[in-house]
Amino acid sequence: MTTHETTGGPTEGPTEGPTEGPTRGQGPLPRTADVEARLRADRGAPLRRPRVPVTAEDGADVAFAVRETEIGRVLLAVGPAGALVASTFVADDVALERVLRRLADAVSPRVVEAPGRTSAVADQLAEYLAGERRGFDVVVDLALATPFQRGVLERLRGVGYGQRTTYGAIARDLGRPSASRAVGAALGANPVCVVVPCHRVVAGSGALTGYAGGLEAKRRLLGLERGPEAAPASPA
Amino acid sequence: MSAPPFALLVEEHWRDVARLARALAGPVDGDDVAQQAWAQALAAYPPAGPLRDPRAWLLVITSRCATDVHRARARRPTPVEEVPDVPAGGADPALGELAEADPVLWDAVRALPGRQRTALVLRYVADLDHAGVAVALGTTPGATRRLVSDALGALRRALAEEQDVDGRTTSRRSR
Repeated sequence: MTTHETTGGPTEGPTEGPTEGPTRGQGPLPRTADVEARLRADRGAPLRRPRVPVTAEDGADVAFAVRETEIGRVLLAVGPAGALVASTFVADDVALERVLRRLADAVSPRVVEAPGRTSAVADQLAEYLAGERRGFDVVVDLALATPFQRGVLERLRGVGYGQRTTYGAIARDLGRPSASRAVGAALGANPVCVVVPCHRVVAGSGALTGYAGGLEAKRRLLGLERGPEAAPASPA
Repeated sequence: MSAPPFALLVEEHWRDVARLARALAGPVDGDDVAQQAWAQALAAYPPAGPLRDPRAWLLVITSRCATDVHRARARRPTPVEEVPDVPAGGADPALGELAEADPVLWDAVRALPGRQRTALVLRYVADLDHAGVAVALGTTPGATRRLVSDALGALRRALAEEQDVDGRTTSRRSR
């Protein structure tokens, strides 16, 4: 790690005697090295992780929480004005770190884990996944999306609960009928999954093709919206 | 490169901050000091200039918070020579968890004069080099070396005395 071995030697060693009370310090002293070792040895004792400082909840520009849900591990993040800036799948800590860095770059580096500020969205998501809610009552901020991605994602406003559209239809809507691949990529980069319903977009053939949270999650979401009686679509 | 998300600083460095706070302020106040340090760090985040060494930046903030706690204690009207580590009423499991492995040593560390104590702890617990400690204390690496070596000397004497008084190295108030 650091260089304490090289600096800890001669300069801090027994070169300097006591600087006060010259009569003390005589007799059988433990060697300085023992003290140094004891100072370094305290590290193993258990430490306490900090709670989010109370002021952080007010002072942080981005508050986030990670939730385990029926469709996977989801990060929810709320921006300075309380708008939802991210609802995204984070399968592992690498993915989590990537999203936090994107939030820091695009919104503010003052990103703090503060579940209290995301709880309204989290509750709505839980209700939605339980089939008890059909729409989300949250303000969405597409700060993490590029202008083209925003254009694509805004086309989803008209695609309601239980409905579907296709990549080609959105491309035609945008006046770029040959851009369905770009549309697919833009939907794949959706920073606000589920709330902005990119899962309602499928291939012209009806195949589910891709989803940031995995095809199984997409299948579940579409099945949920179709209602309990419908069997999940499984392409042969 | 913009500043990293604050949450990653917490994730990476909370142990070092907690360790330093405890070493400087003791197991009970250490927890508060760490909390204060994180609140102050967030309030100041991101700093105006580039943050080359976030760990050192956090540890400096932590050591300042610990100094403030010491000063606050010193201003208290009740003249207590030594602040008791074991609160009346005793068995708080959280405090048990925070107990130190080597209380004799850390009592002696906390009895050192403020700058010696901070220099010593930054050097050995936070593992900062002399240049890093010097930045934290607003002094030169040379002065830092002297502080650290004076602190080690004082600590050796204190521990030797403790041994003489007790006739053993275990703590008077081992729990």
